[in-house]
Amino acid sequence: MHPAPSIIAFTTLSGLGLGLLFWLGIDPTPPTGWVGAVFFAIGFALAGGGLMLSTFHLGRPERAIRAFSQWRTSWLSREAWTALAALSVMVLHAALVVLFGFSLSLLGWLGAALCLATVFTTSMIYAQLRTVPRWHHWSTPLLFLTLSLAGGALLSGRVSVAMVLLAITGAVQLWSWRDGDERLARSGSDMASATGLGGIGTVRAFEPPHTGTNYLMREMVHVVGRKHAQKLRVIAMGLMVVLPVVLLALPFGHAWAGLAVLSHVAGVIVARWLFFAEAEHVVGFYYGKR
Amino acid sequence: MTSLPASTERKLGLVIDLDTCVGCHACVVSCKGWNTENYGAPLSDQDPYGADPTGTFLNRVHSYEVQPETGPAQLFHFPKSCLHCEDAPCVTVCPTGASYKRAEDGIVLVNESACIGCGLCAWACPYGARELDAAEGVMKKCTLCVDRIYNDNLPEEDRLPACVRTCPAGARHFGDLGDPDSDVSRLVVERGGFDLMPEQGTKPVNKYLPPRPKDGWEGQVDVLAPFLAPVAEEPKGFLGWLDRALGALPGGDRP
Repeated sequence: MHPAPSIIAFTTLSGLGLGLLFWLGIDPTPPTGWVGAVFFAIGFALAGGGLMLSTFHLGRPERAIRAFSQWRTSWLSREAWTALAALSVMVLHAALVVLFGFSLSLLGWLGAALCLATVFTTSMIYAQLRTVPRWHHWSTPLLFLTLSLAGGALLSGRVSVAMVLLAITGAVQLWSWRDGDERLARSGSDMASATGLGGIGTVRAFEPPHTGTNYLMREMVHVVGRKHAQKLRVIAMGLMVVLPVVLLALPFGHAWAGLAVLSHVAGVIVARWLFFAEAEHVVGFYYGKR
Repeated sequence: MTSLPASTERKLGLVIDLDTCVGCHACVVSCKGWNTENYGAPLSDQDPYGADPTGTFLNRVHSYEVQPETGPAQLFHFPKSCLHCEDAPCVTVCPTGASYKRAEDGIVLVNESACIGCGLCAWACPYGARELDAAEGVMKKCTLCVDRIYNDNLPEEDRLPACVRTCPAGARHFGDLGDPDSDVSRLVVERGGFDLMPEQGTKPVNKYLPPRPKDGWEGQVDVLAPFLAPVAEEPKGFLGWLDRALGALPGGDRP
């Protein structure tokens, strides 16, 4: 699949922001005053900014409001609703906490649950697609949720929680890579089933339908960069999990914590790039590609 | 709502004969022509006369080589457009309701004025039947020429999808696949029509007819063949002398 920068930025930043808002929501003693304002502002900037970025890949962004209409069937529509609900509830919670120093735990927990629901709906947009076997798996929502929780814990300064969650995220990510490599073969789709000609013999793409490229190949048969996938996995894991855990294990200092956050964000961006670039769409079989 | 109808009164669709298709791409051209000049946003091209031309097509013809265990490889031309699936995943993923399946005839359509161009329906389609138009920013797909098949302004023989009407080989058939007595349904039963990627669970309405078995090389008895066998294995006379003389020269194949 084509790793569109707007989608990578959107899922990475909104995942982090919603994770931070989750921890602020369930915190029985959330930071108040100016400190609280800064924490909530970072959360809203990441989550809201990420969601704004998601409209950049639309062909007709001026009609984006219509995406709220089909929540009964569409995960994308459900994501729009949960995101709106999560941000609305958390804005109310943040206003009470920051302006009045008053935390209504029920409101905080509701906002936190809606933040996780938003991350879940985002992940289900990908996990629902049977056409992309690497994504069509329960590990996709699990990965998005653990990543969001770990990143949020890191951003909110929960050192020990962040270390545990980062380790869990790393394990889920490693397993997703390993298992994901086999899912296309397990899906049962191949050139024989795509063309129905497998009963005659071995099918090979002889001539494509056009001399140049097309929308389908640009969007769904992205093979550029896959050859460096193994190296990028090592880089992603190192930046996303290993380095932040090492930095957090050092005696606490704001500089180390800041570096851990930057490293984590960079690692998530690399991992998310791989999430798209490595994902094979079954339409590739019609072109003799993966 | 982009929920699918529980059932449709008719299941209009195509039957494509892989035995007959000659790969001329006439259906591709007529489809592009009709759907650019008529309903909806035109099918745009980008850099059409330049070095890197691309464009939107609703119908494309692939060609595949199939190598049997024995005998020569076989070549098949493979037209592919929207299969108007009964369980169309492209419809349910649509966040705006632009994508829908008609209850009366099963045609899957896009309401272009409600499409936000998110591209998720194209991701959900296993067949590559949907393409986002780069100029218009909305999703384009086969309409089964809904503006031809019900069009009273056209002569009756033209009330067919443009691809079917134009096919010079008769490789494309249009009809109601929900009616077991229709011509297309009988054709599917007679020829063993099949679904593309049945494991994707989309239940496509369009069917493909398999190629008929090709003639083999082995086991063929031609009564005249023995008379065509070579009568002289070794050259004689002038050719024999020439063969020996040239072979004796330096660089020849004799020692």
